[in-house]
Amino acid sequence: MIVRKTDRVLVLGITGRQGAFWTEKMLACGTRVVGGVNPKKAGETQSGVPVFASPAAAQAAVGFDVAVMFIPPAAAREAAVAAIEAGAKLLVVLTEHIPQQDVMRIHAAAARGGTRIVGPNTAGLVTPGECFVGIMPAFNERVFRPGRVGVVSRSGSLGTLVCLELTRAGLGQSAFIGIGGDPMLGTTTRDAVAALDRDPGTDAVVIVGEIGGAMEEEAAEYAALMKKPVAAFIAGAAAPPGRKMGHAGAIVMGDRGSYASKRRALESAGVAVVDTPAEIPTALRRRLP
Amino acid sequence: MNFEEHAAKTCILAAAGIATPQGRLCRTPAEAAAAVAAIGAAVVKAQVPAGKRGKAGGIRRADTAEEAETAAGAILGMAIAGHAVERVLVEARAAIAREFYAAVLPDVAGRCPMVLFSTEGGMEIEEVAAARPEAIRRRRVDIESGFAIADARAMLYGLGLGPDVDAAVAAVLVKLYDAYRRFDAELLEINPLALLADGRIVALDCKFVLDDAALYRQGEIAAAGAGERLTELEAKGAASGLKFIQLEGDVGVLANGAGLTMTTMDVIRHCGGRPANFLEIGGEAYTKSEAALGLVLANPGVKSLVVNFCGAFARTDVMAEGVVKAWEALKPKIPVFFSIHGTGEDQAVALVRERLGIEPYERMEDAVRAAVEAAR
Repeated sequence: MIVRKTDRVLVLGITGRQGAFWTEKMLACGTRVVGGVNPKKAGETQSGVPVFASPAAAQAAVGFDVAVMFIPPAAAREAAVAAIEAGAKLLVVLTEHIPQQDVMRIHAAAARGGTRIVGPNTAGLVTPGECFVGIMPAFNERVFRPGRVGVVSRSGSLGTLVCLELTRAGLGQSAFIGIGGDPMLGTTTRDAVAALDRDPGTDAVVIVGEIGGAMEEEAAEYAALMKKPVAAFIAGAAAPPGRKMGHAGAIVMGDRGSYASKRRALESAGVAVVDTPAEIPTALRRRLP
Repeated sequence: MNFEEHAAKTCILAAAGIATPQGRLCRTPAEAAAAVAAIGAAVVKAQVPAGKRGKAGGIRRADTAEEAETAAGAILGMAIAGHAVERVLVEARAAIAREFYAAVLPDVAGRCPMVLFSTEGGMEIEEVAAARPEAIRRRRVDIESGFAIADARAMLYGLGLGPDVDAAVAAVLVKLYDAYRRFDAELLEINPLALLADGRIVALDCKFVLDDAALYRQGEIAAAGAGERLTELEAKGAASGLKFIQLEGDVGVLANGAGLTMTTMDVIRHCGGRPANFLEIGGEAYTKSEAALGLVLANPGVKSLVVNFCGAFARTDVMAEGVVKAWEALKPKIPVFFSIHGTGEDQAVALVRERLGIEPYERMEDAVRAAVEAAR
């Protein structure tokens, strides 16, 4: 789930307003966009890349590794399954508000097809200096610079802020992995932390979590065994319980998913948990050799 | 979206073919008395979209019309978990042999639906799960192949229910799963599922939560849902497609994205202040910053405001334009503190500087600290 500039990327919904806008940005950042999909505009080009009728047609004509979805919720399941069946190795689902049972069907198809899902409701993946896939400001040099810190985030906006802090501190990033704000994700915090742990370009990891679910607790179990230093910020300490805080996954019921539970789990795993995003670089520096 | 018991029973269980006791929805003690006169010994239940109604005194027995009138009189007008009780369900009572638990819900780890069953129904399932986890049978379902009678029987294997009950419960579980799928449930739970003395299986209570993301294709039943309890401003926000949560504090928050908005609230509290609201203008809502600012400022408790943008998908120039317009139109008397980064930040910063004469802070922590001090 760390994207590389050699990865061939297919953009589903490439001709829409957002699809076209972000395709231009991706191309400008070095992403190898090999094509797009829109059944009604097959044969045309968008931003200089060919538009195909389906992911299968794109696979046959140019081949792709990664598919990214600029598709509204009601059409998301069908588009995702088409990309999976066409052999996507990685599918980045940006769409928010996909019905939960459609999400389950996407995951079921991915399990059968051997596709890794990132998302739903992710802002995407960035490898500074190489490329990006999604809707992150990878082109903004004040936010993203090549470095050796890997960032895992449920939120795009907060992930952007954390990357900005790392760049300000002169650390930069080896990779940004946006896992998404939905409750049922294809790639969990733990999966992403493990990928960064294995990545030779990464020396330290930042977990940007939020209240709700149990992903930070699971990631803590893995972090306890890591040699690379890990710092974390968890959003939602001041959130009122029992209400969905924008992200469908960000809700506290009883003690489950609470800020206290996550902070406790991460701290007992030796992770430096900070109170504000600006403290992350300092916390990491203290732990880096 | 939560459904009250009567709505879950009439919309979901009836359509699924799962039996419920004969019942009537009543708005007055007189209606409740008439209902018992017609159907006999009954239970009178408060209708609110919340659990633990029994513990709150919202469920009472009534054997006669007089008792029903008294019970309904006591329950109507109660507040349960903040919900005023406006209606009671008067339901016929029958002799119960056993109480079971049945539910279908999402299994996050398996990324699939899960069917739950327990012979220990009638109490909070969380309590059963904590005290005797082995008393709950769980089965993950492959959503593409579904949940058949054979799957249900495999779940019930070894519970010693006897052949007739086993078959009847298995049939209910399959119907429950089918209803979960058909109605886009986030949760569909029957507790208790009663085995009556005469051998019938009847759902005495039902909890149904509809997936909000599926409202667009569940229009027929959505109207029967209870919706969230919203303040006037929250409802106004919802009407314009904005997720606005009104809080007790005095520092207003306008930020983009759920994660950044929560963080802004956290940092306000970390600096000793109290956030006045949660308001997300992430995703497609980033173009609505003008309406959003109107909401934040209409909250009477607000003494200062933090505008914190970190644009990825959301363009900060578009959001700043909305804020500036709203600010010029509303001319609020409170101080505002900006921090703006990410997509479109140069134009956004220039706009705020030129039109409002305000210099955005380099760090959001500094903008928050200034806003907290101004609110004191």
